[in-house]
Amino acid sequence: MSVQYLSSEFDVVRNLERCVSCNLCVRECANGVHRIDERSRKLVVDESKCVDCQRCVAMCPTRALKIVKNENSFKENANWSADLISEIVKQSNTGAVLLSSMGAPKPTPVYWDRILINASQVTNPSIDPLREPMETRVFLGKKPEQIRRASDGSLDVSMEPQLVLETPVMFSAMSYGSISYNAHESLARAAQELGVFYNTGEGGLHEDFYRYGANTIVQVASGRFGVHEDYLNAGAAIEIKMGQGAKPGVGGHLPGAKIVGDVSRTRMIPEGVDAISPAPHHDVYSIEDLRQLVYSLKEATRRTKPIIVKVAAVHNIAAIASGVARSGADIIAIDGFRGGTGAAPTRIRDNVGIPVELALAAVDERLRAEGIRNNVSLVVGGSIRNAADVVKAIALGADACYIATAALIALGCRLCRSCQTGRCNWGIATQRPELVQRLDPNVGARRLVNLLSAWRHEIKELMGGMGINSIETLRGNRLMLRGIGMTEKELDILGIKHAGE
Amino acid sequence: MQREGQVRIPSGCAISAMISLKGAATTGEAITKSMVPMRDRSNGLGGGFAGYGIYPDFQDFYAFHVFFDDVAAQKECEKYLKEGYEIVKSEPIPIRKIPEITDVPIIWRYFVAPLQSVLSRLQLDEKEFVARTVIKINSQFQGSYVFSSGKNMGAFKAVGFPEDVGRFYRLEEYAGYAWTAHGRYPTNTPGWWGGAHPFGILDYTVVHNGEISSYDANRRFIEMFGYKCSLQTDTEVIAYIADYLLRRQKLTLEETAAVIAAPFWSVVDSLPQKESEQLSYLRKVFPSLLLTGPFSIVLGFDGGLMALNDRLKLRSMVVAEKDDMRYVASEEAAIRIMAPNAEKVYAPAGGEPVIFKVQKGAL
Amino acid sequence: MRVIEAKNKSFDVLNDEIYQSGDELKIVECLGQRFIASGSRGKRIVISGVPGNALGAYLAGSEIIVEGNAQDAVGDTMNDGLIVIHGNVGDAVGYAMRGGIILVQGNAGYRVGIHMKEYKEKKPAIVIGGRVGSFLGEYQAGGLIVALGLHKDDKETLGAFPCAGMHGGKLFVRGGLGTVSFPEQTTVKIANPEDLAEIRPLIAKFCETFGYDFAKIIDEPFTLVTPNVANPYKQMYVAN
Repeated sequence: MSVQYLSSEFDVVRNLERCVSCNLCVRECANGVHRIDERSRKLVVDESKCVDCQRCVAMCPTRALKIVKNENSFKENANWSADLISEIVKQSNTGAVLLSSMGAPKPTPVYWDRILINASQVTNPSIDPLREPMETRVFLGKKPEQIRRASDGSLDVSMEPQLVLETPVMFSAMSYGSISYNAHESLARAAQELGVFYNTGEGGLHEDFYRYGANTIVQVASGRFGVHEDYLNAGAAIEIKMGQGAKPGVGGHLPGAKIVGDVSRTRMIPEGVDAISPAPHHDVYSIEDLRQLVYSLKEATRRTKPIIVKVAAVHNIAAIASGVARSGADIIAIDGFRGGTGAAPTRIRDNVGIPVELALAAVDERLRAEGIRNNVSLVVGGSIRNAADVVKAIALGADACYIATAALIALGCRLCRSCQTGRCNWGIATQRPELVQRLDPNVGARRLVNLLSAWRHEIKELMGGMGINSIETLRGNRLMLRGIGMTEKELDILGIKHAGE
Repeated sequence: MQREGQVRIPSGCAISAMISLKGAATTGEAITKSMVPMRDRSNGLGGGFAGYGIYPDFQDFYAFHVFFDDVAAQKECEKYLKEGYEIVKSEPIPIRKIPEITDVPIIWRYFVAPLQSVLSRLQLDEKEFVARTVIKINSQFQGSYVFSSGKNMGAFKAVGFPEDVGRFYRLEEYAGYAWTAHGRYPTNTPGWWGGAHPFGILDYTVVHNGEISSYDANRRFIEMFGYKCSLQTDTEVIAYIADYLLRRQKLTLEETAAVIAAPFWSVVDSLPQKESEQLSYLRKVFPSLLLTGPFSIVLGFDGGLMALNDRLKLRSMVVAEKDDMRYVASEEAAIRIMAPNAEKVYAPAGGEPVIFKVQKGAL
Repeated sequence: MRVIEAKNKSFDVLNDEIYQSGDELKIVECLGQRFIASGSRGKRIVISGVPGNALGAYLAGSEIIVEGNAQDAVGDTMNDGLIVIHGNVGDAVGYAMRGGIILVQGNAGYRVGIHMKEYKEKKPAIVIGGRVGSFLGEYQAGGLIVALGLHKDDKETLGAFPCAGMHGGKLFVRGGLGTVSFPEQTTVKIANPEDLAEIRPLIAKFCETFGYDFAKIIDEPFTLVTPNVANPYKQMYVAN
């Protein structure tokens, strides 16, 4: 009998009085937690395989199931938490690098929660968003420094290509491969209905989704998977992925097991071969090389698409963003430390990068100090969790926000952080046909539309309270924010006053 | 207690303005009186006026009106001015000592011309150089504050009720083709004269009623272009926006109005294509110069006035005319004081600019 | 054939002229203009002078012939077509290339064919006549890279760290390998006639293009390097 170095993380609690042995849980769990014992023909449980994705709980017709934390406990102390002990065990079992998915679970500060929003009282009026017009349309892209006139004296209205968003929230990059066909279709359809954009990530664009091109951002990352001239021209904008908040400085790696069928065809690599995205773009070793990549994409698309450069929030982000702004990028996307991912080395996820709030504030201020804020739009993500986060981000200086984790939760994800296994019971982070079909794109798209429609209402409500009826005048309007429980330094970086000041 | 500029003080207000389209001069008496019936819109913590065409003898020189805290500040500021300007006249602004106006600073007036040698060394045009001088003094010279800097025009302001401020500055002794006036209702005591309105840069002056909700978005954008909002007031940022759009971007007054009180997208989208494209372009290029929240403003400039309400029309404002005279005020009563038989009294729609220009050749 | 004077033209102006020209054109006095013919298809473009970086990036089927040397990132993410360089090239030739052929008569810089990949009938190929810099075929996931070692100096044909992270495709090196070593995830062997059959047409095209004697070149022994696993990093991670 071998030693069980780790006990299971969760317990599966089945209310036997309610259970009707319909065995739906057995069919729903791709991890093999629920099983019918061959001999006894009884339902048995292997809780060691449970990731707490809540699928069986959600599907159980008699609500007989719940998943709870295993009460079995290590003798933890302030220095050695149960997590740290488990990680040591896993590494000594395998000699391998710890791999995690989704955003940072550690208790690093979430500055959104330490920022409070203003409202009008007496000296100017709040506005009722249901009665009065409330505008949330945003244009992303480079604005001219000086207006020009046509020969008849009217304004020459030609300008660099822009993206127009009806709500300042977009779905950020998740590749086909890391998530399923049905998840992509849900995102694409929702983006179209909402007048916003979804992002292909680095997995190419499935031929079925070219029809959503007007609401698609196509990504070019270091592996250049699925990148060709038609692909570049298919979307409304091109995003160069330089980095990702969940794993700054680290490349991507989709295991060969997920490179099957359409994923292989869309990425244009053979089935079963690992899809490795190197950490850097090997044609970008310096800022002037980025300019080369930006302009090569502009030339390949005859200068009709805005180019987004996505960078992870790292220590020197303000200077980096300034360099990016001067490299021909039309839009800079900053991805924060708490952003999600399908797979990242745990140590990187939990230790590398900085929170997006601080990065955004520093970048916006720096670009203004250099007088180039109007040359580029700023999109932030990682992680934006609700409408208040969006409002705070815009007031700090963002033009728009990227969301991904929130979108996945809308589709069913319960943050079990096991994307890398490919056994997503919700049909999101998997390529297994029987799992993928659990996510109905009609339902998925509707849930995403619901989510962002609700956010749009909330954004308008918050704006109305501030007496602001256009999202443009919320942007960078830091007087609308106050900090709570922050140090002088934190307030200084965020460029806001403390509550009560 | 923090001075205005170190802290943002919201305020409500009364405004009033008059202009002769024929360029005929009127003394400052009428505009002063126009503020009396609107006394309840002010609270005695700020009043001011701007007169256009008031310095015909010095019309080629920039007239700097400056507050000094003390003689030392004045000396330091004058030393700096002499580095870049020929000062053709330097004198105290005449005042009338009245009990209603107290804590009077040193109030000086300079008629100046930038030195050509300095302009060519810095490769700046004259107006840009003057604007930079004013912004530098106001943000960096402790105890000095330039509150008027245009040619053949001047602003006069103080802590007090506007009608008292008018008497204090002996406005009946000046005659101009256009006047604007302002009575202030700040929410706490600024205790400082610089915070009163009008606010001006070069020949642009702004009087304003309301508190805009877009202030910090506007400020942080405009400060990219060399402006420094040292007062933290709406009026100051609106004046800089006007200067930026009109002088530096060379927009027309109508286009400027379409930026700061942009029509709603629903309106823009429904207009004929050409018009829709033009308005859409302005909003795309200058989104951060949109003003939201309540405001009514009168922008004064060389040769005219523009009155404008916010796009929801959250503040009152009426215009009227009588012969060659045009009037704007927060309340009709103010106009009736200036012109009892004024005609065509109407309230412009939100976002609809009302532009009055002195006829060509009249000045 | 239309002749375009590139002198003093910016890349966008030059590219506009290229796109608006017919299918056959010549660019003269080219000096550093980047992104020439980026994403283009169906054209045959001869270039005299030195084209700038990212020549033929995302190329979708055009043919580009450079009469002399070229700079960095030639054929970046090229998808189809042919690029011929009658001289040397800089770094990162054929980065993430997915289709088409690049023929270089002389030497090439670092990271030739990095992250090249193939899919079904899409099989890119790069032939370098002379020697190549370090990190040749880094992350190679497909396609063919051939280094002929026809250079005249006495330096080795390959630089350091070839095939790092290779997980697909093939590398052929003609002649002696010298002191270079390959990663343990690769198999290195002398190419047999069957192996060579795959590159014979490619070498024939090279010889025909640059005027070499095919028999003389194919006569030398070739080394073949292939990955020995498709998933070289599989065992590196444990779920946490």
